Amino acid sequence: MITIKKPGLLTSIQDLGRYGYQKYGIIVSGAMDSFSHRIASLLVGNEENAPTLEITLLGPVLEFHEDTLISLCGGDLTPLINGKPISMWRTIYVKKGSELRFGKPKEGCRVYLAVAGGFSVPTVMGSKSTYISAGIGGFKGRALVAGDQVSVCNQSLLSSKIMLQMKKQAEDESFAEMEWSVASNFIPMFKKEQTIRVMRGRQFSLFTYKSQKDIFSKTFEVTTHSDRMGYRLKGETLSLEHPTEMLSEAVSFGTIQVPSDGNPIILLADRQTTGGYPKIGQVAAVDLSLLAQAKPGDMIRFSEITDEEAQLLLIHRERKLQELKKGILLKLVREE
Amino acid sequence: MKYSLHPLGEMAVMIELGNELNLEIQQKVLAISSYLEDNPLEWMVEYIPAFSTVTIFYNPMIIINHLNIDTPIQYVCQQLHQILSHITINQHTEPRVVEIPVCYGEEFGPDLETVASMNGLTTEDVISIHSSAEYTVYMIGFAPGFPYLGGMSEKIAAPRLPSPRLKIPERTVGIAGKQTGVYPIATPGGWQLIGRTPIKLFRPNDKVPSLLNAGDKVRFKPISYEEYVEWEGKEG
Repeated sequence: MITIKKPGLLTSIQDLGRYGYQKYGIIVSGAMDSFSHRIASLLVGNEENAPTLEITLLGPVLEFHEDTLISLCGGDLTPLINGKPISMWRTIYVKKGSELRFGKPKEGCRVYLAVAGGFSVPTVMGSKSTYISAGIGGFKGRALVAGDQVSVCNQSLLSSKIMLQMKKQAEDESFAEMEWSVASNFIPMFKKEQTIRVMRGRQFSLFTYKSQKDIFSKTFEVTTHSDRMGYRLKGETLSLEHPTEMLSEAVSFGTIQVPSDGNPIILLADRQTTGGYPKIGQVAAVDLSLLAQAKPGDMIRFSEITDEEAQLLLIHRERKLQELKKGILLKLVREE
Repeated sequence: MKYSLHPLGEMAVMIELGNELNLEIQQKVLAISSYLEDNPLEWMVEYIPAFSTVTIFYNPMIIINHLNIDTPIQYVCQQLHQILSHITINQHTEPRVVEIPVCYGEEFGPDLETVASMNGLTTEDVISIHSSAEYTVYMIGFAPGFPYLGGMSEKIAAPRLPSPRLKIPERTVGIAGKQTGVYPIATPGGWQLIGRTPIKLFRPNDKVPSLLNAGDKVRFKPISYEEYVEWEGKEG
């Protein structure tokens, strides 16, 4: 079990999302940076979809009530166990009674805490993700608050054997780190200026010639009106050649829509299922992780890519992830 | 059936059936939706029906790994062309009619009088006009189980509030422009509020978590405060 001593800015339980219910207006939710979430889960021997804690910018203070195998992947928010810095993208043993807190955010915006076995929360409509506005899923349908006690499911035999090994290695220390971590070529660089690949949106050709140029050449700032639902950007305003009323239609993770004020909004994990604003672009799935790690004040540029290219990149990334999954499993088996 | 296909990124394809809101296009949306319900596709993650489009979300890795095809976008478009050539519109299916009891006015409908005076009507007129029409559920979206309803009389139309309320209680019935709707969950919003239903539109524990579905017909039935309280108790 884990006790939340301080909740941080926004800490919620997320998995890979709630699918199959968008036709009823039920949003997908899930990890904003699903890539980091998946790797965090793999490092503790969980399924990729096991729920993690999504921690935002200013991290919480947590206490572990049992010996626990954890990993932290995503933005570097300076994780500390009992005041000592610990590594990211690595399997870590944490001794019972230890405290995890976070220092100054260094890089990125969100970090995923995975625990071996996964957090024990009920499955609602096929997912454990927190859907805050409807008050369902995750821990009591809400973000975590001080005093919450979150249970952890029984870990796999493999995870518990590894934990015993690492416990010996820790001796009197409050934690021990695995000697290997995820290869550096898998670890994304979360920069304050990021180039994101974008496909043309369905209404791209309805925008003015200038807007069609600007979207792929100007820099946009992530504003403070940005959250899990979407990022509102500031920069060159974009406009349609002939303003038209559109009927609401489906949107997806990474859809860039432009309301009448001309400031683009990128829709993210907690987006509504449908939207009625014209779509100028669609962020490539492989770059959603970089985007989800952008924080207010960060700058974004868009570079154009075709649907086919974006799909090839996705296929390539998924194959690499499968290799990584096998690699991690092999290494974990060798450790036991 | 006339349609066009548009990729929505590398994991979805949108079927566009027109660009206006009408019952003929809605019949097509419903026919495609019911086909997809009855014939789930291995590579489909889910679909979202809207006013004049149906969007299919797919998993390209299933197409690559299970079917040994290396261009999922083209494959999905081909498959959709094939499927769409088979689908016929069945005009004869009787739509389901759902009656929604509403307790109008007072604390549940603080804007009922505003809507009435804006239109030169009494509150009784507004209630009678609102509850005598039959509405069509065009689509579910915006919030879980929220129906976009067509068919409201323009006699009771009312603009949105200049500044939205921070929280509207769940199950509140409102009017915005020429539309009427019911808020399934508590949300901020700028609708004129005219009443509240004791019935839950969002049912997260049911197999189908939405009371209403696209294609349903809706009728509002005025009830007293006492009936409201009794009904709400039954709903739990």
